[in-house]
Amino acid sequence: MSGLTGAYVPGGSLLHRLPAGAKLAGLAASCTALLLLRSPVALTGAAAVVALLYAVSGVGGAAAWAQIRPVRWFAVALFGMQLLFVDLPGAVSSTLRVVLAVALAGLVTLTTRTAAMMACLERRLAPARLVGLDPFRLSLLLSLTLRSVPVVAELASRVREAQRARGVERSVRAFAVPLVVSVLRHADALGEALSARGLDD
Amino acid sequence: MTDEGKALPERGEAAGSPPGRGFPTGDLARISVFAALIAALGLPGALNVLGNAVPITLQTFGVMLAGAILGARRAALAIAVLLVLVAAGLPLLAGGRGGLGVFAGPSAGFLIGWLPGAAVTGWIVERGGRSPGIVRLLAACLTGGVAVVYLFGVPVQAALTGLPLGKAALLSSAFLIGDVIKAVLASIVVRGTQRAYPDAVPAVRIERLRVSGER
Repeated sequence: MSGLTGAYVPGGSLLHRLPAGAKLAGLAASCTALLLLRSPVALTGAAAVVALLYAVSGVGGAAAWAQIRPVRWFAVALFGMQLLFVDLPGAVSSTLRVVLAVALAGLVTLTTRTAAMMACLERRLAPARLVGLDPFRLSLLLSLTLRSVPVVAELASRVREAQRARGVERSVRAFAVPLVVSVLRHADALGEALSARGLDD
Repeated sequence: MTDEGKALPERGEAAGSPPGRGFPTGDLARISVFAALIAALGLPGALNVLGNAVPITLQTFGVMLAGAILGARRAALAIAVLLVLVAAGLPLLAGGRGGLGVFAGPSAGFLIGWLPGAAVTGWIVERGGRSPGIVRLLAACLTGGVAVVYLFGVPVQAALTGLPLGKAALLSSAFLIGDVIKAVLASIVVRGTQRAYPDAVPAVRIERLRVSGER
């Protein structure tokens, strides 16, 4: 499955070497700071800091753009609405705030290996024990889900072929019902296989 | 609405699982595979039911399916698993989006809202017993999959962008019709699935797990 590698850009910068937990804490702190900054001047300063951080990380322009790209139309719409209903400084600050928060979060993603981030999140999720998920079950759930994405995609393309053969290509029902049933069958077989291997203790 | 979502776990535990343990292995498998189904519904190409011309994401459709088939507690966990993987940087959302950016972006609240949304959908379907009717399924998908999700999404969007609540609602209402259509489709598909595979009814599965006892 080629698409499941995450957006990590290898590198040796200071940002790459920071532990994932520290980066998450820093992200939380700086997003809060962004919410507190009001004036366009302060936010332009913040934009300069973010640009500097990106330069330090050395991830390159293409990777940076890929993080911001999904919110580009939203940013345009937001700027337009704010300009219409508030004023220019307000439009500049609120648009910058959203774009910068996304850029910062993207920077953490770009400089942290998925495995390191998952290990960090698993530690943070230790309270899940209270609802009956010990660390082992939690990591089993996470890895099983990742493994299942290509399996489900494969089931979907099989159902799609069957649908084509039946000549009901445009029917949502003829696609989704067999898909969900085969997904359920797969899940229940997987569950039995797991119990058979003693995971049910 | 959200309070209902929060009150659920205890109920689900009392009804569904052997005492002393949260989730039987079969549930773990279902939770994982449904989280994967929601991710797969966002993959490009493979799953564009209406052809490539209509740029709709079917992921909220998957959230409703998970709620109505897994039941409140398991569906909420499936969404949580998916969101953790997304936060870890995996591109599991529609259009290959992933990473922490989506939780800082304007649609963060809609994503977070999937969790209580799926739980509320599941809760309403669970109350329907062994054979939830199409009306209940539709009500569940509309309440959980649309109303609750917007209830979380719109205020968060307003807070992040500094827009007044009404303006943010206006900005989001563009997606409302699509989401209502998805809810209608989801309830039809769930009804079909539960007829073909009775174990897809949360109440039936809970009952069966109780009868088979603690393996």
